[in-house]
Amino acid sequence: MNNKTLYSVSGLFNTPNEIIHASEETVNAGYKKFDVHSPYPLHGMNQAMNLKPSKLGFITLIFGLSGAAFALAFMWWVNVIEYPLVIGGKPLFQLPAFIPVTFEVTVLSAAIFTVVGMLFVMFKFPNNSHPLHDTDYMKKVSADKYGLTIQSIDLQFDENKVTSFLKSLGASEVFSIHYDGEELRTDNKIFNPKFILFLIVTAAVVSGATYFTLNKLLFMSPFNWMVEQDRVNPQSKNEFFADGFGMREPVEGAISRGFTPYKFKGQPENAARYLINSLPMTEINLKIGKEKFEIFCSPCHGNFGKGDSRLKGQFPNPPTLHSEKVRTWSDGAIFHVITDGQNVMPSHAQQISIEERWAVVNYIRVLQSAVNAKESDLK
Amino acid sequence: MLLVGIISLAVTFIFGVGAWGVNQPVGWGFDIVNFVFWVGIGHAGTLISAILFLLRQRWRTGIARFAEAMTIFAVMCAGLFPLIHTGRPWLDGYLMPYPNQHSLWVNFTSPLLWDVFAVSTYFTVSLIFWYVGLIPDFATLRDRATSKIKKIIYSIFSLGWRHSNRHWQHYEMAYLILAGFATPLVLSVHTIVSFDFAVSVIPGWHTTIFPPYFVAGAVFSGFAMVQNMLILIRKIFNLKHIITLDHLEKMNKVMLTTGLMVGYAYAMEFFIAWYSGNATEQFVFLNRALGPYAWAYWIMVSCNVLIPQFFWFKKLRRSIVVMFIIGVLVNVGMWFERFVIVVTSLSRDYLPSSWGHYIPSIFDIGIFIGSFGLFFTLLLLFIKTVPVVSLSEVKAVIDGAQPTHGGRH
Repeated sequence: MNNKTLYSVSGLFNTPNEIIHASEETVNAGYKKFDVHSPYPLHGMNQAMNLKPSKLGFITLIFGLSGAAFALAFMWWVNVIEYPLVIGGKPLFQLPAFIPVTFEVTVLSAAIFTVVGMLFVMFKFPNNSHPLHDTDYMKKVSADKYGLTIQSIDLQFDENKVTSFLKSLGASEVFSIHYDGEELRTDNKIFNPKFILFLIVTAAVVSGATYFTLNKLLFMSPFNWMVEQDRVNPQSKNEFFADGFGMREPVEGAISRGFTPYKFKGQPENAARYLINSLPMTEINLKIGKEKFEIFCSPCHGNFGKGDSRLKGQFPNPPTLHSEKVRTWSDGAIFHVITDGQNVMPSHAQQISIEERWAVVNYIRVLQSAVNAKESDLK
Repeated sequence: MLLVGIISLAVTFIFGVGAWGVNQPVGWGFDIVNFVFWVGIGHAGTLISAILFLLRQRWRTGIARFAEAMTIFAVMCAGLFPLIHTGRPWLDGYLMPYPNQHSLWVNFTSPLLWDVFAVSTYFTVSLIFWYVGLIPDFATLRDRATSKIKKIIYSIFSLGWRHSNRHWQHYEMAYLILAGFATPLVLSVHTIVSFDFAVSVIPGWHTTIFPPYFVAGAVFSGFAMVQNMLILIRKIFNLKHIITLDHLEKMNKVMLTTGLMVGYAYAMEFFIAWYSGNATEQFVFLNRALGPYAWAYWIMVSCNVLIPQFFWFKKLRRSIVVMFIIGVLVNVGMWFERFVIVVTSLSRDYLPSSWGHYIPSIFDIGIFIGSFGLFFTLLLLFIKTVPVVSLSEVKAVIDGAQPTHGGRH
């Protein structure tokens, strides 16, 4: 017991009337640092202990009002400023419709802050290492006895005097409660390595969970059976058909949507004579032509139409587009080749629309005049 | 029961809400019926613990703790249904207004969003209220704990409560404030739930009687549930001296009163339908009483209005067997009330061409059974670990517990 400090002298009383009387006498005797412990709140005890009324209501009021203000301001910000959405032709700021949420947020914030304020700020809970814990005194007042504790830090405190004082008031038992100075460490527990480790683990868990919720869970696709159903995907093998291809050719004579029949099929001379390029040489058209040329033509003809294939001989190289022959062709003749194909070149009518074909023709003309500039182009 | 629910839920999550009986035009089926039913059950707990506390009804102490616990568990069951009825419960996070990448915000003017706030606030505040009430009891348990592990657990939950009067003073104030908040809250929650219906334009839903009617119904069914559970508890744990016949009788009186209110609301709905001269409204109510769901309607009327009339007789009011049976029937009736409201109005609305018929699927029923399983599981866990009766409150109201001098009390 030598290294232990005296915390208080505490007496146990058997009836409510006795404890009320005892606390009144304690106040009269001038003790300030004392407390009464009872298994339930006693009526009249606050007056007997000369306590001021609880100020907890102010916390509630402040946080309730700020909760209400926050909720209203938040809804106003969301519905009027950030994400204005007219619903049913009503004004953006609809006070009556905001009342329910405002009410709920008010109640929620007031209730939470009242309890948090009381337990954690006013009582400084959690606190499981108070000197009174684990004493016979505490065990009895939490069951059916009433206890009065006068702390040793009171100015008038004297162990013997207080003991006899409590006995004279009718205490059935009097304890001297000591505590171990080592137990009540006052250093800052925030820097305890264990606590820091705990913080780190908590932070990791919380951030992981938040990341998962916000980035994965909320972006999970609902039911993607439309994607994962049993069907033949494009370019996949299919044993059902004799040729083993999953993709099928359209039925003969089928016309796709927006398809315009080509009337010069197999008639290059007629096409060269009668087809007229009506697409003007504008920048937009040339851009389209360049894009399509680079996608569909350049693999074989080369980026500049010089017949320098990028396919490295896997496919026969076509002749250059800058030959005398092609340069003197009419636009219609080039259009016909793209549309109908020539020698090994297949038809591109499926891939390139009519407009785009003319744009490609225009682009080829530009390429040609860039390589073999004429006098007139220099103007 | 919980297992049945889990299996049904798994089926729902894998195959979508198509596994349920809901379809056009009845898009709200068992999910919403059960939601309203469970929220209603929860209301009795808060009513007993908060409103009766404010009214200084000292008899409440014996049953308040249990009723509050029931509130929390019932609201948990209730909360399950709106979450799963979205069909994609993992996306429910979007119900909360948080700053997301879509820069999308919730619609604060929708009653369904009010519901999110109302139910979550109700749950949180009920939980806080319940926990604050438990702290001194946990401290007592801590001081009486026999094993080390129990002592550690109760120490953590009691937060170091010392029964100090300097604490009791604030504690009582906090309890009073919380009770003051819980009272309007309990009335608001079912009001907002009823807004889900009343703010729409479906015939049979679009009425101003819904909020009070729903609240009365909630208290009615909640008391029936509390009464049923308490009868079992006092029988099993032999708590007849704490939960007395007087308690049960008082609850039966509340049930009689609220049952009459509900009956009045049923009658008033018919009267207004007639008085309004609105042909659709009139048809809806005739359809309720005489249409394809007439069986449900008459179960509701007989269980909710006729059967509680037996409570006019004191003998029946104080008979355990009779009151237990009536309590069960009241809950059956109240469940059917929600069924009638949700299903009949939706199945036959304005356009006869879009009428339909709703038949719940086996998974609907499975989830409903599962919610009871969840409820009873939580309740049994609670009974096992936490004082069923508030120790500090009961100690405070037994004879001789309060000082007698000064005439202050």
